[in-house]
Amino acid sequence: MTYDIIIIGGGITGVSIAYELAKKKAGKILLLEKEFLSAGSSGSCAAGIRAQFGSEFNIGLMKLALEKFEVLAEELEYPADRIGLWQGGYLVMSSSQTEWESLKARVTVQHRLNVMTEVLTPGEVKYRFPDVNVDGCFGATYHSKDGHADPFYTVFAYGKAAERFGVEIRKRTEVTELVRDDQGIKGVRLADGGTIEAKQVLVATGAWTHHLMKTIGLDIPLWGERHEILITEPVERVFSPMVISFSLGYYIQQRPHGSFIMGLPPEQKHRWFDPAEFDISPTWGFLERMSDTVHRILPRFKGLNIVRQWAGLYEITPDSHHIIGPIEEVPGLFIAAGGSGHGFMYGPGLAPIMAEWMLGQPLSYDITRLNYQRFAKGELVIEPAVVG
Amino acid sequence: MNLKDVIVCRCEDLTLEDVRKAIAEGYTSWDELKRVLRIGLGPCGGKTCRLLVLRELANHLMLSVDQVNYRPTVVRPPLRSTSFEVFLKEENG
Repeated sequence: MTYDIIIIGGGITGVSIAYELAKKKAGKILLLEKEFLSAGSSGSCAAGIRAQFGSEFNIGLMKLALEKFEVLAEELEYPADRIGLWQGGYLVMSSSQTEWESLKARVTVQHRLNVMTEVLTPGEVKYRFPDVNVDGCFGATYHSKDGHADPFYTVFAYGKAAERFGVEIRKRTEVTELVRDDQGIKGVRLADGGTIEAKQVLVATGAWTHHLMKTIGLDIPLWGERHEILITEPVERVFSPMVISFSLGYYIQQRPHGSFIMGLPPEQKHRWFDPAEFDISPTWGFLERMSDTVHRILPRFKGLNIVRQWAGLYEITPDSHHIIGPIEEVPGLFIAAGGSGHGFMYGPGLAPIMAEWMLGQPLSYDITRLNYQRFAKGELVIEPAVVG
Repeated sequence: MNLKDVIVCRCEDLTLEDVRKAIAEGYTSWDELKRVLRIGLGPCGGKTCRLLVLRELANHLMLSVDQVNYRPTVVRPPLRSTSFEVFLKEENG
């Protein structure tokens, strides 16, 4: 059996691109996932979506993604309460005068792209969001269209919609090797030893990408890094924004379901290239650091009960941006990975553009700077507004 | 037995009917059911429902319970719901 396109990876990136390709009638498409849809980083993530970035490129792209999230339930024919879109805004807090100046400078860029972020003094933050402790805050920026979407259901919704358009999805099917010859990509080899051929192969395997690309001698600069999260018991909805600090690293949001989800970057960062090293066990230290942060930033909620903590992998690149596009050395091989903590929120925005790229169509938004070759050329993509 | 009357998960208010329906839709592991039903994600952390669900999966897959796919990281701390205040370093020294 020969496919037109094989997509490896059943996270947001893989399923959304599968759906967009099928919608464009790209032929026979097979998606392979070694566990189940959303088993990797998409299903561990913090569910936040925002357009408050610092570079024009990212603001424009995330504006597209937010617009897509707004129509996603309808387009994918999936219950809106499950997609869980909640646009309660991101409240980006500053913790120094310098950071405050740079946040304000980013708002100028955001306004130029019609992302209408508000600039709030500490007094205004106190008035609008009385639960937020503004001690040590020099000001905050707030974009009302940022917010939350449910990663599990979003991935499942894309999967179901892709299947309706004819995509074949095989879960619990692990790809162990890519297969190529002098002409280009040939297909994939599975854990059971069988091979499947395809004209094009897309690798969308997050932190596992480096390992898989190595099987045909490609050295992709992409590694996994453990980030921890916790969630509380659900309570009545009383708090609308995602409160976040790029300098202190925290983010805290109440989900539509009522629970509070929150995280902090790791104290010690490991660069894991080999899946054998991946460690997503949770730590006691994170509970202590997170509890102190909640006590400081949202003291009203310090009595809430934590019901679960877990960790997932950020899939990081040297400039914390995706690596996306064709691999020139191997015609027919494509990559879409390395969201560096933003894979879920970018997914629905990037997918239609990546589908265009794979089908040789003009790109509706120029994402070519995210190509793999940028590292060799030293053309890194710089973004100032990121956590940890 | 009316499947609608059998509560499997008290935290998220899920019945045996909900569980069997999701399994029939192809969510054939504990991890997938957790994601699609929110079963096991409530305050009890799956301590009530997990074995019941695993038994349902075992029946569906015609396996014994210990053969049902189960990720090692799936049992997540804390063991019981615990307030932030318990972990405050500032107050506990």
